[in-house]
Amino acid sequence: MLAFLAKRLVYMLPMLLGITLLSFLVIHLAPGTPVEIQTTMNPKASLEAQKRLKELYGLDKPLHVQYWDWLKRVAVLDFGRSFSPDGRPVWDKIKERIGITLALNLMTLLIVLTLAIPIGVLAAVKPHSWFDEATTLFVFFGFSMPSFWLALLLIMFFGVYLDWLPISGLTSLQFSQFTFWQKVQDLVAHVTLPVLGAAFLSLAAMSRFTRGSMLEVIRQDYITTARAKGLSEGTVIFKHALRNALLPIITLLGLSVPGLISGSIIFETIFAIPGMGQLFYGAVMARDYPLIMAELVIASFLTLMGNLLADAGYALVDPRIRTG
Amino acid sequence: MKKREFWARLRRNRMAMSGLALVLGMFAVSLLAPWLAPYDPDAIDVKQMLMPPSAHHPLGTDTLGRDVLSRLIYGSRVSLKVGFVAVGLATLIGVLIGALAGYYGGWVDQLLMRLVDLMLCFPVLFLILAVIAMVGPSIWTIMAIIGLTGWMGVARLVRAEFLSLREREFVAAARALGAGDARLILRHLLPNALAPVMVSATLGVAGAILTETFLSFLGLGVQPPTPSWGNILMMGKDNIEIAWWLSVFPGLAILVTVMSYNLLGEGIREAIDPRLND
Repeated sequence: MLAFLAKRLVYMLPMLLGITLLSFLVIHLAPGTPVEIQTTMNPKASLEAQKRLKELYGLDKPLHVQYWDWLKRVAVLDFGRSFSPDGRPVWDKIKERIGITLALNLMTLLIVLTLAIPIGVLAAVKPHSWFDEATTLFVFFGFSMPSFWLALLLIMFFGVYLDWLPISGLTSLQFSQFTFWQKVQDLVAHVTLPVLGAAFLSLAAMSRFTRGSMLEVIRQDYITTARAKGLSEGTVIFKHALRNALLPIITLLGLSVPGLISGSIIFETIFAIPGMGQLFYGAVMARDYPLIMAELVIASFLTLMGNLLADAGYALVDPRIRTG
Repeated sequence: MKKREFWARLRRNRMAMSGLALVLGMFAVSLLAPWLAPYDPDAIDVKQMLMPPSAHHPLGTDTLGRDVLSRLIYGSRVSLKVGFVAVGLATLIGVLIGALAGYYGGWVDQLLMRLVDLMLCFPVLFLILAVIAMVGPSIWTIMAIIGLTGWMGVARLVRAEFLSLREREFVAAARALGAGDARLILRHLLPNALAPVMVSATLGVAGAILTETFLSFLGLGVQPPTPSWGNILMMGKDNIEIAWWLSVFPGLAILVTVMSYNLLGEGIREAIDPRLND
């Protein structure tokens, strides 16, 4: 197992390099030098910022040297300073927000799993039943639903029309004066809509996938054997079939990271939640280049981690992979 | 697989046929926009600002008094244009890279597939927004960037098809007859690998329309005053407490359009490979 993980980690290194190289190239997409562009297009970039930028990119040096210097700084999480008026180090800004985004995504994932697996299993056990057909329809609906529109509808119905739930931010204004339980309540109320919205979107893909995976397993001979030796249908489905069907689902979990992180941009922006996604949107609108680059690198790093988790989970439950 | 068989199967699939009908209907709407739209989509009317749906304006008016129905009809042009150009670009790149990787194998395959892995490491929306921040938002930017970030799936599909096809006898026969690499790829392998590409392109249009409308919704896509479903929704968000019609109708238009491409795409998939049905 350790050897397998070590191999995967070694494989990740060139990928990491690739990510940074591609991100670095994105900065150089802009016509002209980064300093010119960033200062003429961003009125907030002062002369001092220009100087800082020139230092940051080392523009007098050849491109590969620039990349190498930038890479060395990225390796110690030095992404430079933000262009915003506070001019704080980019990493500090991200550090205080990344936890919120990860927590919200974990909650989303938890809800998705607790709903998607039973739905997928039920649909697979009786293919072409009314439940299965209804699931199929729901899946098409989920795949086609514009996430940002879903967010607007949630706001309109639960926030404006029923006035049950807050529609923006993570906490109420009086949050600091609340007792502990009031604080918990307040937080839950604020995250309900964004988390449910995000969960709804992944639900379609995840239940579809569970169904497919279950169908595949149910056709296997050992399931017929299990049935033939008189095991109850429940035991067959949940002990014999589901265990094996869960294998591919673990992989999908790891692979769903980029989708979840992209979803963070959508839901955090619309619900004004101070996480990484909203920070990124703000950075794009303000053309805050150091912040954009840092987020791009970190988001893809998280994706890579998701892939690694998927590999590790897969290897953990299936010995053929780690030895093969 | 025979063409007639394919059509027969597709015609029997009710969901796919309704998808196809909606797709064609949407084409008709965007072609006939000048005749269908009751008003000039850009005509500002300060006396009719934010009017709810009525006999005069069936879907209401926006903050500048423009007719929402007319703007939705013209907005369909933007979505279709972006969808098709972006997916065309993605398919072209994907087919090219997949074909090269699958045909030559070896280090070419290794290199190209690692590039695919690398591209898949970027959460697409982050990459798209970062590039837009660098080069500025416009309809051309988003077509190019959606295309350039959406080819990886196609590349993998084509590669997989090529890997299995190139071992088949008819390829060996063609090679024995003296066909060169280019001829083998273009005349013998590619036509046999196009079926899955068709599926992924149809589904790709749905995805591209979702991305375009979202970018326009953020103000980073199609710029006003050009009407797009996304930028009408942006106005809807800003007026969410007073003008529900600005949020509901453009979203419905997006949902129906995207769903029709998804239904059609899945239908094509099942018509190509009927085993997928159960």
